[in-house]
Amino acid sequence: MNQDAFYSLSEQLCAGLRGDEHLFCSLDAESSDFVRLNCNRIRQAGAVRSAVLGLNLINGARQAEASCDLSGELEQDLTLARGLLARLRERLAHVPDDPYLNYSTEPSVSDCRVGETPPDAGAAVADLLTAAAGLDLVGIWASGEISTGLASSIGHRHWHAGTSFNLDWSTYLESDKAVKASYSGLTWEPRVLAEKLAAMRQGLAVMARPARVITPGRYRAYLAPAAVAELMNMLAWGSFDLKSHRTRQTPLLKLVRGERSFNPRVTIREEQDRGLTPAFTGDGFIQPGRVTLIDQGRFGHCLVDARDAKEYGERVNAAGGSPASVGLDPGELAPADVLARLDTGLWIGNLWYCNWSDPNDARVTGMTRFGTWWVEQGRIEAPVKVMRFDDSLYHLLGDRLEGLTTERDLLMDPQTYEGRSTESALLPGVLVGGIELAL
Amino acid sequence: MDRLHQIAERFAAAAPACDYWTLRLVDEESDHLAVRQGVVEPSALGASLGAMVTLVVGGGVGYGATSDLSPAGLRAAADQALGWAACHARLGLFDAAYYPRSALRADYRGPVAEPWEAMRLPDKLHLLQEANQALALDERIVDWSAWLAYRRVQQLLVTSDGGQVAQVWTYVSPGLVAVANAGSQTQRRHGGGADWSQQGGLERIGAAGLLADAPRVAEEAIALLTAPECPRDTRDLILTPGQMVLQIHESIGHPLELDRILGDERNYAGTSFVTPEMFGTYRYGSDLLNVTFDPTVPGELVSGAADDDGTPSRREYLIRNGVLERPLGGVLSQSRSGLPGTANARACAWDRPPIDRMANINLEPGEGTLDELIAGVELGILMDTNRSWSIDDSRNKFQFGCELGRLIIDGELRGLVRNPGYRGISAEFWRRLDGVGGPATREVRGVQNCGKGEPNQSVYVGHATPPARFRSVAVFGGGE
Repeated sequence: MNQDAFYSLSEQLCAGLRGDEHLFCSLDAESSDFVRLNCNRIRQAGAVRSAVLGLNLINGARQAEASCDLSGELEQDLTLARGLLARLRERLAHVPDDPYLNYSTEPSVSDCRVGETPPDAGAAVADLLTAAAGLDLVGIWASGEISTGLASSIGHRHWHAGTSFNLDWSTYLESDKAVKASYSGLTWEPRVLAEKLAAMRQGLAVMARPARVITPGRYRAYLAPAAVAELMNMLAWGSFDLKSHRTRQTPLLKLVRGERSFNPRVTIREEQDRGLTPAFTGDGFIQPGRVTLIDQGRFGHCLVDARDAKEYGERVNAAGGSPASVGLDPGELAPADVLARLDTGLWIGNLWYCNWSDPNDARVTGMTRFGTWWVEQGRIEAPVKVMRFDDSLYHLLGDRLEGLTTERDLLMDPQTYEGRSTESALLPGVLVGGIELAL
Repeated sequence: MDRLHQIAERFAAAAPACDYWTLRLVDEESDHLAVRQGVVEPSALGASLGAMVTLVVGGGVGYGATSDLSPAGLRAAADQALGWAACHARLGLFDAAYYPRSALRADYRGPVAEPWEAMRLPDKLHLLQEANQALALDERIVDWSAWLAYRRVQQLLVTSDGGQVAQVWTYVSPGLVAVANAGSQTQRRHGGGADWSQQGGLERIGAAGLLADAPRVAEEAIALLTAPECPRDTRDLILTPGQMVLQIHESIGHPLELDRILGDERNYAGTSFVTPEMFGTYRYGSDLLNVTFDPTVPGELVSGAADDDGTPSRREYLIRNGVLERPLGGVLSQSRSGLPGTANARACAWDRPPIDRMANINLEPGEGTLDELIAGVELGILMDTNRSWSIDDSRNKFQFGCELGRLIIDGELRGLVRNPGYRGISAEFWRRLDGVGGPATREVRGVQNCGKGEPNQSVYVGHATPPARFRSVAVFGGGE
């Protein structure tokens, strides 16, 4: 669904409001091609065209929400949405006032578009399979347009659309010996793909060496940006939202209470001004460009959505409680010096399936996965069998952190659970004096 | 369902020229009500309707999914499917002749004693308010909430071979959570049906004990604040059904998925330590380990008539007396691998294609009561309600955590321990199984958030299980 069609639908819905009613309409739409790959061939391919309308009907201090799939045919969609509005209106008669109802009463307008014409998915995949000849490649190609809109009876008109691709793949040598890569962005460049495939072939050559089996214990380690992303994902899970702080559920409670701290090198921000996600919230507020979440090792600011802002008397600075464009400041470790500084230990390409082991102590468990190497005296020696770590972020980002790389990787989230994600992370690699391996 | 039949008839009348087609129409409605700290949260009605068109043509297969169900919209989806089928024919992993064809005609309507609409909205909110009052025991409870979720899925699958499978699943899912805090120690406890999902209507509220469970949930959250940490050593372990669900799910269900074994999931959900030659001979666990794929259990989350390829569902043993028999794979994976399988090609919604998923994966009962399992432990821990889960990409090295633990000494339950966790290796863990509760101890549960697939899909999965006892397991508690 395009911008004009969405605004037209919203205006006609708003025209039917009664008395003091207000209506916020949102749109989440995508037109995507998905190509699943295995053994460097197409496993499953198809296209998805979806458009979900969100409605929030407000009358006085009461509100109720609804959502429905849109067909794209105006009259049919109007009939469906009006039916839902009628149900919401009926529902408002039975719900009490909502003390935390909070929406922008100031009209505002924005229009942001990123990316241009996407590459032809079929041609790009064919190029990929040709370039990866001889490799056991497995993964997913996703591409197309993602649109987010907001319109209200108050006068909000916001639109954010992006056309992008996200190729997330790995190549296997055997069993679980593999290296992983991703290539995502707005403009498809075969040269970049070729460089990444060449690097993968080099990685597979290391994988061909006999795997080193290491025992549980503490090891020096370098976490590549993709591995750091998993730790950031853990922090995103309940660490920063205001409600989790006020109800003392944040895994960073000891940090907030001053009982523990991160390394002063650690500064983490929500960087909405990266522009890949909408600047507006579903309630019509505009997010600041940046929010400092961790400031030189100490807790900075919470992410505050509209509801939490009303409940706890704070200003809105986020659409939700989790960072969508997280950034970890770079450090002073040149990428060329990583192996020498690591000396002897683990070079960890990816972490996987992390979870809180003990949230009270910010303790995380998870697995190494894909390209993880044993490094000895600054030289990559051998792949390492997958290992489980179980360690506190107060160590990994705290007293055992030895350095952050000067270069950062922009990692676009490949997740597609509720549609294609627009989240991203800009992260350096992290050198730690020890990571605790448990199994 | 009538509306879906009308759309299907229109599509069939103008179906594209191809070797085989399927149209899967999914009509979902949902409602979510919650009360947190005595405040009614914004309710959320949901309505979703869309279709997936799958075409097999010229050695290739492709899909197109759309929420535009007009003749033109479905034609556009079919055109997209056609384009991808052509691409698949040139670059596909397998010949589309493997793609399953169905002429099955079947109906399923899940059990609903009391429809969602039978209780007025104010009465539902009043119930949730009552639960909130019962949760707010004292000032140590720093957050609390109660909820009711409703979901009804109507799905119609029609095929060019004359197949027609109409299924309706209804879920009412109540739940509670209480959060307790003292200083820098915070503990959460769930209950009231939060981890006890089944098909059904409003009768699920009483069955799950939404109101009756609230005091226990809050009391246990508070008690955990001052409980000692779970010990860190190796000892016997009893898992309640609330945790057995997760143990079965992660270390039996996922490793047996045939698409993992075939490598489809290697980039995301992972591969499997199980290999094709293991079926028929591999000792997965002790003699007490009997695991079934069972779509016939009344009310279990994925009980139904057929999978999303139109393969009729029937009960199968996956593991019998500890020996691995059969993987979890739909007809396509069976053809690709030459192995037997199950009717488990499932999609999470109209906009995602079917892949191999768990459906109802159940541990068959043994003998005796929970007390008898406990009586057989000299030094051990009982753990209840999953709170943390992590396992490697081959589904072997796992570490799980629970909300609550209880010491077992000399065959008797003793005090609570907090932050209990355990870890092990799937291929060894199930051989430590030496006690499975009898039929009376079995609970029909499941999970509502099983993630897998590229593009990603999250589905409901049923697990019916008794409590079980394992010998000599590495356990641990909290702390850095």
